[in-house]
Amino acid sequence: MARAPARQLIGFWTLFSKEVLRFWKVGFQTIAAPVLTALLYLLIFSHVLEGRVQVHGVVYTAFLIPGLVMMQVLQNAFANSSSSLIQSKVTGSIVFVLLPPISHTAFFLAYVLAAVVRGLAVGVCVLAVTAWFAPLRVEAPGWILAFALFGGGILATLGVIAGIWAEKFDQLAAFQNFLVMPLTMLSGVFYSIHSLPPFWQGLSHYNPVFYMIDGFRYGFFGVSDVSPLVSLAVVVGCFAAVSLFTLGLLKRGWKLRH
Amino acid sequence: MAVAVSIVDVVKHFGALRALAGVSLAIEEGEFFGLLGPNGAGKTTLISCLAGLVRPDSGTLSVLGHDVVTDYREARRRLGIVPQELVFDPFFTVRETLRIQSGYFGLRRNDDWIDEILANLDLTDKADTNMRRLSGGMKRRVLVAQALVHKPPVIVLDEPTAGVDVELRQGLWHFVRRLNGEGHTIILTTHYLEEAEALCGRIALLKQGKLVALDTTANLMARHAGDSLEDVFVRVMRG
Ligand SMILES: Nc1ncnc2c1ncn2[C@@H]1O[C@H](COP(=O)(O)OP(=O)(O)OP(=O)(O)O)[C@@H](O)[C@H]1O
Ligand SMILES: [Mg+2]
Repeated sequence: MARAPARQLIGFWTLFSKEVLRFWKVGFQTIAAPVLTALLYLLIFSHVLEGRVQVHGVVYTAFLIPGLVMMQVLQNAFANSSSSLIQSKVTGSIVFVLLPPISHTAFFLAYVLAAVVRGLAVGVCVLAVTAWFAPLRVEAPGWILAFALFGGGILATLGVIAGIWAEKFDQLAAFQNFLVMPLTMLSGVFYSIHSLPPFWQGLSHYNPVFYMIDGFRYGFFGVSDVSPLVSLAVVVGCFAAVSLFTLGLLKRGWKLRH
Repeated sequence: MAVAVSIVDVVKHFGALRALAGVSLAIEEGEFFGLLGPNGAGKTTLISCLAGLVRPDSGTLSVLGHDVVTDYREARRRLGIVPQELVFDPFFTVRETLRIQSGYFGLRRNDDWIDEILANLDLTDKADTNMRRLSGGMKRRVLVAQALVHKPPVIVLDEPTAGVDVELRQGLWHFVRRLNGEGHTIILTTHYLEEAEALCGRIALLKQGKLVALDTTANLMARHAGDSLEDVFVRVMRG
């Protein structure tokens, strides 16, 4: 019989692996579909704008690719934790996770890490497919990884909150369409915020996703709208804040233990 | 005999509805205990409080001396719950489901015990079938199996025989009796009162969140001069 810390670790690992297996078994929807979406964005936008626009001295298509990769990392991290949780709540199978002695911290880490794995898996595939369309540099891979991990972590955590909060699928869709989509789309995926009017530029600085994308892109080109250190501080700070908040909710059993 | 389950002054409201109105109950180790009452009496709510799925407004519950809130890990390790609702995870096969459930309880390489449970519940040839493809009764058996993966000393079955055919019902009772004989404490809710009469040594009757009777099955039958537990049930609920 394993000792208590080992049991906790096995419990965490089982839940994490189950969550990874869950999206892996339906990989066509969870990985292939977002890769296709990103590819379509790339084909359309690069067709329209290539040759007319350069950003940071980089051809537009090359500039666009990291933005699309990061957008898919973020959206899929959110989608994974939120859809898994709401599904198991609606079907009732969430009890299988609530009955065992899994701590709220293990629960949190398992859902968030599995969602980050999904985000990264999609991101790597998007990169592999789109990198053929433009010359891409990799100046600082460490920054790329750091922003993908923490950015994915933030959206995965928001997905945990949304999945627990929502009682129906359309409530989750509202969260996704009115919060996650606008924040990711209006964050500089398709443009540099320096090309925006001053008001919108200023507003973008209140969007945490802007820092995720800007810092992520810095890892490729070595140039960015704001210093990558500032971006990393913002992103890590946001991650810490949403994680602590979510751990508090889970500890209280918010909406899970009535 | 030690106390397997202790329930003290448990009150639970859902909004304005009082689902449990101060229930106190002690169940000894090794008992085969029946928790009976009409629809909406609060049986599932009480079990959910024990399982930590529902947090009582006041009162305390413990499993083999471990408080279900403050010492929840130790309490839950000792508790196996078969939920009333027929729930399943459609992504996995029966064996995967049971391996995952073992892992949640911190157990690896649990296949010997899993095979034994499968055999006892007549599920061996369904081990590699996806949960979606099982009939309702088979899904119910998997729920029973899931509750047993960690060999819990206290087993709670919330209407385990609803929608289950005669043959399996007998098989299930045979298995549960064996577990009880090996020392497991069994708590059962059912609306089949003949089952409760035949199986349970002691019975609690709940009505609108209150305990209205608590005694050995034999005493209940004698006191209310009933020919069957059903007679007793009807009389207590009327009175
Ligand atoms: N999550 C909930 N929210 C609101 N009300 C609830 C909830 N769970 C149970 N109730 C109410 O609490 C009361 C007790 O319900 P409970 O499920 O405990 O009854 P029960 O004795 O298990 O009944 P049954 O024999 O039908 O399973 C019922 O009136 C029910 O409507
Ligand atoms: Mg019930």
